[in-house]
Amino acid sequence: MTDNAFNNKTSNSQQTSNNGGQVSGNNGKTVDIEIDGRKYNVPYGISILQACRMQKINIPTLCFHPDLCVTGSCRICLVEIEGMRTLQASCSYSITQPIKIHTTSEKVRKARRTILDLMISDHYGECYTCERNGNCQLQKLAKEYGVDYYRFGHVEEPFYEIDNSSYAIVRDMNKCILCRRCVRTCTDLQAVGVLEAVNRGYDTKITTFLDKPLEEVICINCGQCINRCPTGALKEKDSSDEVWQAIDNPKKHVVIQTAPSPRAAIGEEFGLPPGNSLTGELNTALKMMGFDRVFDTNFTADLTIMEEGTELLLRLKSALVDKNPNVKLPQLTSCSPGWIKFIEYFYPEYVDHLSTAKSPQQMFGAVIKTFYAQEANIDPKDIVSVSLMPCTAKKYECNRPEMNSSGLKDVDFALTTRELAQMIKEAGIYLPELPKSTFDEPFGEASGAGLIFGATGGVMEAALRTAYELVTGRPVPFENLDITPCRGMEGVRQASVHLENVKPEWSFLEGVDLNFMIAHGTANAKKVMEALKRGELSNIHFIEIMACPGGCIGGGGEPIPTSLEIRKKRAEAIYKEDEGLPIRKSHENPHVKYIYEKFLTEGPCGHLSHKLLHTSYVKRGSYIV
Amino acid sequence: MLVSEVNNLTNYISMLVEKYGNGRQALIPVLQEIQNRYGHISDVAQQEIARLLDIHPVEVYGVTTFYHFFNAKQRAKYNIRLCKTISCDLANKDGIARTLERELGIKFGEITSDERFSLEYVSCVGMCDQGPAMLVNNEVYAKLTPRKVVEILDELKVR
Amino acid sequence: MPILNKAIVFDKENFGDGLKKALQMTPDDILLTVKNSILKGRGGAGFPTGVKWVAAAATPSDKKYVVCNADEGEPGTFKDRVLLTEFTEQVYNGMIICGYSIGAHYGFVYLRGEYSYMREHMEKTLEDMRNSNRLGKNILGSGFDFDIEIRLGSGAYVCGEESALIESLEGLRGEPRNRPPYPVDRGYLGYPTVVNNVETLATVPIIINKGVEWFTSIGTEKSKGSKLISVSGDVEFPGVYEIPYGTTIAEVLDIVGAKDVKAVQVGGASGVCIPEEDLARNISFEDVPTGGSIIVFNHSRDMLKILKNFMEFFTEESCGQCTPCRIGNKKLLDGINLIEEGKCSVQYLRELISLGEIMQIASKCGLGQSSPNSFITIMTHFGDEILANY
Repeated sequence: MTDNAFNNKTSNSQQTSNNGGQVSGNNGKTVDIEIDGRKYNVPYGISILQACRMQKINIPTLCFHPDLCVTGSCRICLVEIEGMRTLQASCSYSITQPIKIHTTSEKVRKARRTILDLMISDHYGECYTCERNGNCQLQKLAKEYGVDYYRFGHVEEPFYEIDNSSYAIVRDMNKCILCRRCVRTCTDLQAVGVLEAVNRGYDTKITTFLDKPLEEVICINCGQCINRCPTGALKEKDSSDEVWQAIDNPKKHVVIQTAPSPRAAIGEEFGLPPGNSLTGELNTALKMMGFDRVFDTNFTADLTIMEEGTELLLRLKSALVDKNPNVKLPQLTSCSPGWIKFIEYFYPEYVDHLSTAKSPQQMFGAVIKTFYAQEANIDPKDIVSVSLMPCTAKKYECNRPEMNSSGLKDVDFALTTRELAQMIKEAGIYLPELPKSTFDEPFGEASGAGLIFGATGGVMEAALRTAYELVTGRPVPFENLDITPCRGMEGVRQASVHLENVKPEWSFLEGVDLNFMIAHGTANAKKVMEALKRGELSNIHFIEIMACPGGCIGGGGEPIPTSLEIRKKRAEAIYKEDEGLPIRKSHENPHVKYIYEKFLTEGPCGHLSHKLLHTSYVKRGSYIV
Repeated sequence: MLVSEVNNLTNYISMLVEKYGNGRQALIPVLQEIQNRYGHISDVAQQEIARLLDIHPVEVYGVTTFYHFFNAKQRAKYNIRLCKTISCDLANKDGIARTLERELGIKFGEITSDERFSLEYVSCVGMCDQGPAMLVNNEVYAKLTPRKVVEILDELKVR
Repeated sequence: MPILNKAIVFDKENFGDGLKKALQMTPDDILLTVKNSILKGRGGAGFPTGVKWVAAAATPSDKKYVVCNADEGEPGTFKDRVLLTEFTEQVYNGMIICGYSIGAHYGFVYLRGEYSYMREHMEKTLEDMRNSNRLGKNILGSGFDFDIEIRLGSGAYVCGEESALIESLEGLRGEPRNRPPYPVDRGYLGYPTVVNNVETLATVPIIINKGVEWFTSIGTEKSKGSKLISVSGDVEFPGVYEIPYGTTIAEVLDIVGAKDVKAVQVGGASGVCIPEEDLARNISFEDVPTGGSIIVFNHSRDMLKILKNFMEFFTEESCGQCTPCRIGNKKLLDGINLIEEGKCSVQYLRELISLGEIMQIASKCGLGQSSPNSFITIMTHFGDEILANY
């Protein structure tokens, strides 16, 4: 169902210049080569690096990343090929002839060590004050190659000022090794184009248009650059100190809502392989750390489905019954703040297609400082609302001026998975071995539908589970409620669901094919928006777009490193957790029913819902000067 | 920039994009024409070129800062570039440099207050057999002596 | 100012109408001729031209390109300046012949920005050729179409490297590409592209006119033909000369009126420094090759200052993409500054020479691979003298 014109079969990203390495046209040919004296038969055209990795031969890399096109600029992955005077970069040299490769000769060792020494001589900052201490690729290679003194001197003073302007991302170019991963991520993978190499030679640096602070250019805060940076040059804005302050303050009632994606990935920060969800253990840890209440963001994910699903049905009614020509279809999801900023910058004229529903984080923020404060009899001014998110853009989102429908700042701090993991370690807790515990009331339960928001396609699947049943009175016709056409990692996916034998009040949907699309990664969002501009999507009703490749489980705040395999494993963990839950549909969540009965009495999209749970957008446009 | 200036600039860039095509390959010829006409490539110009060629503004910035002959700041009417590479160096380019600095009252890297002259060094210009040599905008002057330099400057001052 | 001594290959009597003759041959015959002439690239790299053209001809594609590399930026090289002003049409003829043999119909001349004063003359020559049916559609009635566009560089020495040149043509930063694939497989916009030096292209019509036997009778066994050299520095008669390959450096010095010679830099800043005891070595691909640059230093010259000039050049012109060249050149320059201040230990100097040797094999392109050459050769031959003086 996914083999459509959107999906690039050759690579998962467009290419900036400097591609090389992949010779096209494999057609089953193989080549006999020798690596370190042993003979191998490998597919024609693959790079030496791929050939070595297939045979589990280790070659260090720095600028190479599986998600990005090849650059071959760091020169760490050099190998010696017999008969060639110069060493070749294994990441970019494609095998088309029988060659003899040496990966550990004297020249190779000396070259790699020299290159490391050069990088270190240019790298300002001690490891022990750096965010990436223990998880830095430069540090790791320095240890492996036995760097024990500054062969070419060392930088004593910082050369660049740290760019602290953004709410989400901090850039410290003193630590940059110019691997260009962030450039390729931002330009190719995300099609945003904020960063590029500027100047020439030794003065080269990675920076923004006119060297402006990040906040003043069109950065969408998706943080994908942070995930791929091998050193500490890019990191998120750290709110852990402020959160500790709130926790340590006895007058403050600190609540935290946790999203499913950090729970599926936080184990990686403690050495576990990807794909282990530590929801229960995390609840225990958070209570040990001193959070007064631990809530499950999936609750408001369920609420989002109610609000956004109702909004879609209302738009459909407006289109099909009232024949309103101004109704904005397809409806675009709005829970990804990186995507929101993307459309506000690049496609401001389509901002009205967005659902007005807030993201689950922000809905919870509003609900906590109104409904919960009431129920728990606490002054909202004493509540500090924290969230655990896989996302760096959430740091920007919670600071958006519109996000104060409770009368106060709805969410005070958004923590990333990495920040919270560091706080847990600081508290001396070893997460994986804790006993499990539950979330706190009155938001202790959530459905599996809310949980699967974390993977790409999850919002769509959750929405369908509810909308289909609302309209037809029957559950979705998929085994075990697993709507498999929504799942998978292809960039743009499309499917439809046929509505028949609907309930009388939805008769205008009888026989209608509900067509939907799913896209993840803003490069794919761009493809969808361009198709929308060309008028090709007039029969699509609902599009889920996530800014980050893989959906939230690939978010900018998730553990480093990332790769397609890792994201797949995290998504599997999400779907597995969903299957294990008793309630799998948003509208069956009893707490959701409760809040509509007691508080949002006009129902979804009613007056109070609009005030607290819906928002508006800004048509920014992409002009910087 | 005034709105009218921006409009003129946009129109000029649109005309250039029509002339050279609207793909990335047109970028450097377009930048060269803008550099020639305006003496520099302003922030607004870079953003406009990016918009018309459908590339990101920072990519234009990356290109303008890479090549030595593109300036972000307004250049002088006469941009003097003295070759500093080996053969001109051996032929006493330092003497010429001192003469230029003395006659114009500025140091290398600076621009005169009336914005008529600026001085900078440049790498080998291919006049090694007739050094020292310098470029003034696009014209080349070779076999320089301090006296010749003064004559050239005098001529430029009244041109 | 044209060639100062008696021309050998570039004698106007040898030109004939190479273009016309070529268009009467088949493309395969031309490829064979160029291959058998053992013509090698005259820009400095010395790659066999015939092999390059044959590879480009063999790559199937609906579009191909010929690029004339007129980004003569190597310090001390100005022979292309003479070729482009005095022998312009020969250069263009070479491009057309190349296009005819490989199946390309469009060519670029990448003219360095510093030579923009030549552009008017070069454009006029193109116009004249179009008007006399020697360029454009159906050239000389052969049915072959070819046209040429001049593109200016913008002040980057690294764009003389063929893949960086192509990047520059595509509107990108002039950062060399990964090779393989080579430009003859995937070049400008992904199409097969032949990039040749001005002198190489200008030689082709002469070979077509005079024949392979004549051409291969000049020069040495592996270096056929002649070389245009641009001589500058401490010589009485600086300028462009033509010498057959195999001429010794001492013979060159004789012709140009050089006295009291301490060292000769052959191949520009990225070449090697030949001390006075080795002046019997000859200019050829077998011994000391050059793209054309020969700079002579007499005994009054301070070798460290000369080396500093070279390393400042490379530090400024490095594109900055790969680690060894970007940081390595800076470290070599810093080392020279340390020597000047009297603070460089012999131990550290040895480290720098090792660094240079690694740069020679680890850098991504020719700039980084050859920038340590002058450092290593000058330190090897004149290291004692330098350390004694500082």
